[in-house]
Amino acid sequence: MLKAKDKIFTNLFGDQSYSLREAQSRGDWDQTSNFINKGSDWIIDEVKKSELRGRGGAGFPTGLKWSFMPKDVNKNNYLVVNADESEPGTCKDRDMIRNEPHKLLEGCLLAGFAMNAHDCYIYIRGEYFNESVVLQKAIDEAYEAGLIGKNACNSGWDFNIYLHRGAGAYICGEETALLESLEGKKGQPRLKPPFPANKGLYGSPTTVNNVETIAVVPTVLRRGGSWFSSLGKTKNTGTKVFCISGHVNTPCNIEEEMGIPLKELIEKHAGGVRGGWNNLKAIIPGGSSVPMIPKSVCDSVSMDFDSLSSVKSGLGTAAVIVMDQSTDLVKAIARISRFYKHESCGQCTPCREGTGWMWRMMEKIAAGEASPGEIDRLLDVTKQVEGHTICALGDAAAWPIQGLFRHFRDEIEEQLIKKIRAA
Amino acid sequence: MTETFSFNAESLDKVKFELSKYPEDRKQSAVMSMLDIAQRQNGGWLSKSAIEHVASHLEMPYIKVYEIVTFYSMYYTTPVGKYFVQVCTTTPCWLKGSDEVVKACKETISEKQNELSNDGLFSWMEVECLGACVNAPLVQINDDFYEDLNYENTKNVLQSFIDGNPSPIGSQTGRKGSRAEEYVKS
Repeated sequence: MLKAKDKIFTNLFGDQSYSLREAQSRGDWDQTSNFINKGSDWIIDEVKKSELRGRGGAGFPTGLKWSFMPKDVNKNNYLVVNADESEPGTCKDRDMIRNEPHKLLEGCLLAGFAMNAHDCYIYIRGEYFNESVVLQKAIDEAYEAGLIGKNACNSGWDFNIYLHRGAGAYICGEETALLESLEGKKGQPRLKPPFPANKGLYGSPTTVNNVETIAVVPTVLRRGGSWFSSLGKTKNTGTKVFCISGHVNTPCNIEEEMGIPLKELIEKHAGGVRGGWNNLKAIIPGGSSVPMIPKSVCDSVSMDFDSLSSVKSGLGTAAVIVMDQSTDLVKAIARISRFYKHESCGQCTPCREGTGWMWRMMEKIAAGEASPGEIDRLLDVTKQVEGHTICALGDAAAWPIQGLFRHFRDEIEEQLIKKIRAA
Repeated sequence: MTETFSFNAESLDKVKFELSKYPEDRKQSAVMSMLDIAQRQNGGWLSKSAIEHVASHLEMPYIKVYEIVTFYSMYYTTPVGKYFVQVCTTTPCWLKGSDEVVKACKETISEKQNELSNDGLFSWMEVECLGACVNAPLVQINDDFYEDLNYENTKNVLQSFIDGNPSPIGSQTGRKGSRAEEYVKS
């Protein structure tokens, strides 16, 4: 269990104010200019040493990502922070933004400097209106105190942070769709290559990072990359904010050590599964895009990137959606299918058409109006969509369905047959 | 409605601030915030005239701006209630009883989504994940989230608007943010 002294987000629940004064009393904006004076290579090395992996879902090593940015000082590089938190089950960035905005802003300066960027855009989902108000106030405070802007923190580095509000589109959490949206267009993902590190926002080198990734950076630098990597497991280091929702006694957000056993996470922090651990049916461990795992896997799996991918699921955004025995799993996934149908941007045919197909077939199965053979057809459609689209939304729509039938096909077929016999 | 839309002074101030965020030759980047500003000034929805005004302000073709209006879910091209209730029904909310919240909205507001209530005060619609899943189920009323709902307290929240004394935003069970409530094993 994570020790109190190793918590990064000490104000996650907003017990204190988000204001600059109180943030500084919690240790934010301390030694910032020293870190800048040590140079960008030092910052990137320290982040590499920490083995920090991106917190937006894909888990790509952050230090390595930053090192892809061109060093050419004449280039106009951009840092873009992805605060378009929209993955169902996920609400961690919201807490960081409304209660710890200065951690994020300080991280922006440090990350921006490391990647030779003078300008940073934070793209926040439109629904987080009150959060955007807080964040803008924090930005204003930081400008006023000289922490950002011209000669930020007296470091000699000029750095601007701008807030851009989205308007309700899950797809804008995909980094290239986000860039399109920032440019004032429909949020439709771009073909890669070119990757954003070469041609991103306005055609300039750009790195897009998740809120949590950036917000932990100041603490990583203050306490050292080796402190961060001493927490968790090899290649799955540090702390992580988990969002525990669904059928638990006390749903919550909680910062814990990466690699904590799933069962321990739920029992220690979320009051356990409603009706006890044995009443558990399945868990979606990393936001709606990742395949569910049945109780037998939940009994022993750890919450980190590699452990969850070894059981054919994923850590994703670490949004743990708990479903007890009372849950109609087909309905739960059908609702997720409807979500993806709604959020498909319409650019690639397999996704635009496939998400609708998958949703309708899931509804048919949920209503008990399908024959068992139609499950094969549905799984075939998921394979037609998966891997055949520009971005990962198609995969994200296919995986929850595949996960459902991987673990519960027998049970679902049995119910369908029962229904046919009864008719 | 045929009246023509143009930004008032307050909106123009906001527009100026938004435009200052982007390089001068990239002012199209401000289209989303300008639509939002226009929508707020126009009572929560975008008339054709409002969209045209934004387009001309940014020297963009109308159809390009209209495309953006229809792509993003937070722009509305028909009037919404003074209190616009958006009910999240995505899986994490559904697991925690969003059907009950929908039922409360149907009873208090209107049987169908996107219809004004009889008193013209409300409209409601189902939306996708609002991003506050550990406080599920929840609704967004205008800019504010009302969390930890059930049938009863949804009714109470809606009634509080009818009474002209809206309930405090956030959790309706009194919990602080996303922190776990104290759990006493029974």
